[in-house]
Amino acid sequence: MAHDTHDIHRSRTEFEFIKKKRATEMRGQLTSFAMMIFLTLIAFTLVAADFSNYLIVPIILLLAAIQVVLQLYNFMHMSNKGHGMMAFFMFSGIFVAFTIVLTMVTIVWW
Amino acid sequence: MSSNSQKKGFGATIWDYLTTVDHKKIAILYLISGGFFFLVGGVEAMMIRIQLMKAGNDFLSAGTYNEVLTMHGTTMIFLAAMPILLAFMNAVSPLQIGARDVAFPFLNSLGFWLFFFGGIFLNLSWFLGGAPDAGWTNYASLALASEGHGIDFYSLGLTISGFGTLIAGINFLVTIINMRAPGMTYMRMPLFTWTTFVASALILLAFPPLTVGIFFMVFDRLFGANFFDVTMGGNTIIWEHFFWIFGHPEVYILILPAFGIFSEIFAIFSRKRLFGYTALVFATILIGFYGFMVWAHHMFTVGLGPTANAVFALATMIIAVPTGIKIFNWLLTIWGGNISFTVPMIYAVAFIPSFVAGGVTGVMQAIAPLDYQLHDSYFIVAHFHYVIVGGVVLAILAGTHLYWPKMFGTMLSEKLGKWTFWFFFIGFHLTFFIQHFLGLMGMPRRVYTFGADQGWDLFNAISSAGALLMAIGILILLVNVVMTVMKGERVGNDPWGDGRTLEWAIPSPPPFYNFAQTPLVRGLDPYWIEKMEGNKEGMVYAEPLGDIHMPNGSFIPFVISLGMFIAAFGAMYHTDGHAWALPVLIGGLAITFGSMLVRSLKDDLGFHVTKEELIADNERIQREARALEGGKKGGLK
Amino acid sequence: MDLNKRYTPQTWPDHPETATLEGKNKFVGFWLLLAAETVTFASLFATYLALKDKGPSGMEFSASGLFELPLVFAMTMILLTSSLTSVYAMYHMKNHNFKAMQAWLGITVLLGLAFLGLEIYEFNHYVHLGFGFTNSAFSSAFYVLVGTHGAHVVFGLSWFIALMLRNAKRGLNMYNAPKFYLAALYWHFIDVVWVFIFTVVYLMGVIG
Repeated sequence: MAHDTHDIHRSRTEFEFIKKKRATEMRGQLTSFAMMIFLTLIAFTLVAADFSNYLIVPIILLLAAIQVVLQLYNFMHMSNKGHGMMAFFMFSGIFVAFTIVLTMVTIVWW
Repeated sequence: MSSNSQKKGFGATIWDYLTTVDHKKIAILYLISGGFFFLVGGVEAMMIRIQLMKAGNDFLSAGTYNEVLTMHGTTMIFLAAMPILLAFMNAVSPLQIGARDVAFPFLNSLGFWLFFFGGIFLNLSWFLGGAPDAGWTNYASLALASEGHGIDFYSLGLTISGFGTLIAGINFLVTIINMRAPGMTYMRMPLFTWTTFVASALILLAFPPLTVGIFFMVFDRLFGANFFDVTMGGNTIIWEHFFWIFGHPEVYILILPAFGIFSEIFAIFSRKRLFGYTALVFATILIGFYGFMVWAHHMFTVGLGPTANAVFALATMIIAVPTGIKIFNWLLTIWGGNISFTVPMIYAVAFIPSFVAGGVTGVMQAIAPLDYQLHDSYFIVAHFHYVIVGGVVLAILAGTHLYWPKMFGTMLSEKLGKWTFWFFFIGFHLTFFIQHFLGLMGMPRRVYTFGADQGWDLFNAISSAGALLMAIGILILLVNVVMTVMKGERVGNDPWGDGRTLEWAIPSPPPFYNFAQTPLVRGLDPYWIEKMEGNKEGMVYAEPLGDIHMPNGSFIPFVISLGMFIAAFGAMYHTDGHAWALPVLIGGLAITFGSMLVRSLKDDLGFHVTKEELIADNERIQREARALEGGKKGGLK
Repeated sequence: MDLNKRYTPQTWPDHPETATLEGKNKFVGFWLLLAAETVTFASLFATYLALKDKGPSGMEFSASGLFELPLVFAMTMILLTSSLTSVYAMYHMKNHNFKAMQAWLGITVLLGLAFLGLEIYEFNHYVHLGFGFTNSAFSSAFYVLVGTHGAHVVFGLSWFIALMLRNAKRGLNMYNAPKFYLAALYWHFIDVVWVFIFTVVYLMGVIG
């Protein structure tokens, strides 16, 4: 088949290098995970500590947004090469999503 | 497996179409079923015009009129216009980018069958206790009060066919992103492919809100939820927002491919490169973007408040800019061209003034205070028929003539085509132009009759006469189709003689594997470039002849869709307390998910067309082409 | 594609999920589906926000009185962790270590099941309190939003289980690698949605 994969034969050093690179990446993922847990803890703590709503709501929404960025870019590899078109459609989707939410919390009738 | 098109028995042909994953055959399925629903919607339109022919007519009762009106709109938009455009997208855009196939042949077939079963389900309402009667917009306050199962047919039917459309949209997006031939950069894609791409993107992002809205409707009517029930804290305006967040992009989903078809026609029959290709592409993208920013102009009179109305009024007026860019580019494409007035070209030329008229009344309605006057009057009816019939339907008719040879290998009669055009075009303006004035005189839309003392008799009679002319035009088209099929005169690769894009470089109809070798694209209008350079082979190819990998046909898409069709009945009759309803619902879903599981567990690796088969097939094609050439010369004497 | 072709870690491509055209198509198509899903969930969230605490006059339930944070916290931690374990699974997939991948996917499935169990417990609890699906616009919106997420969890789990069982004997190849990868992507997306659910529905619900 014309579009099938080409066979790859890596040298020993090349293979070791890639493996090591992946292990480093994996450590990065662990850091992202730690950050997510941390952000979640902050969000729950803020609510449990009973601050003013005007303080809590924007902060926890911001924390959620950061978590989503971590998920999308690290766990789902949207930062990797070849994800340009996907990012474009994801952001278009997020844009429409944002519009819909904005509508329903503002101009939906009473 | 072999491509040789031997005569097959009737049963074998039916089975072939039930299991096909070939985008060209799926295109034919879309065209036939979309065409069928177009006729159904047309009959409904005629019934409306007969009822309104004279004051106080009793041809239809008020209730039946509501049903006919609702089904006319729903059928025409969801089951006729969109599928027929999907037919052209399937038939043409993979060829235009030199793709071997679409990205997801299986899903392509699934998309069709979902649409088909959804459409059948919706139309079965006529025979099972009454059709939906809350208008095609199905506003919740009306829909929740509607008795019987009409609205349930609407919501479940559109859910099923909506999934199909979403799948089709994803399929085209991925095909265009991943499967363009070497050299086919984004800015070399033919405009029909570009509009397919943008329309698919709109489908991707606009159908989910509709699906969610319809799900709420199903939950409210069948499972006791309270999304729209004001006494239980619900809000009917939520439905309106969801409907129009979907509904406005939907009109661009319809009109953009229409623009694409006309762009191809203008270039082909003016024998000129499209003027301002880049501007046309960016205008298309811009229209797609604005499509999501303007939905509330359908809701000016809801009472969203002056700020919201002002914002949406401005946004709406801005859309006229990219559309205007397109109009001028088309005019400048014709300007100085070597024009041949074939049937598609006549439609294209007629489209410009018709569509501009619809666009101008659209901008009028964007003025929110004026919209308070025009809202729910016949002015609105006139406006949207000018854009949809004057834009989309003219494009569908033009596209049918233009792509018929590519899809079926025969040519529709030009003479009958012109008759169709004149009947339809005159009938169209006769029907709808006068409705602007009826609207300004105060005639409300969606009302089943009017009084003799209101002074609307003459104009309504003229309007009905126009509808009759349109019907005659369509009948002539049907005669044309039957005659063409009966005659069965084969045509070659490029029957119009001036094809510019890749689909005209391949036999009509194309072999099931499309291009035997993937073509190399050397610029915009690749086939035209090769012609101008005197390339006798047709194209330059990017790869040597080799085995081609093809997907296997499958019956599973049909079964998945059938399962949903059955489940929908169960869901609907569940509320009537039938004991069998719940098992039917569960059974239908089990069929659907079971067949999905089978699909996912069973390896389906497809098959290969060998190089030898390709060579043999190519010789057959050459032989036929020579015979055709000889026949033509003989016929000319 | 040759299913019997055996790969070793040395011959396994860097990005097996996009190494074939089929895989690449699936990969792009799936991301597009996720964009559509984003809009779907946004619609559900928007409706929930519009209908939050709305009901017939005298409705006894409100978000601030109903939701309990400890349970939601546990569910959040479980789902976040399962997102990490599926990252581990994909790490081993890329290293062509089938056994390790299956093991991590197994853990992911167990965590997913635990999450699902807690969600069922939670819904059951609310229904027993008298907060049923048909009680009010608020309850309908709540159950449909959170329930749709739950249905996604069920689908994701079934997908993982089907893939693990189907390929248990034959290991990784170019045909199933994209499938594993997409199932993991789907699982992350479920987590993304949950992040907004615990923030918008539960945390913002509790503070009123």
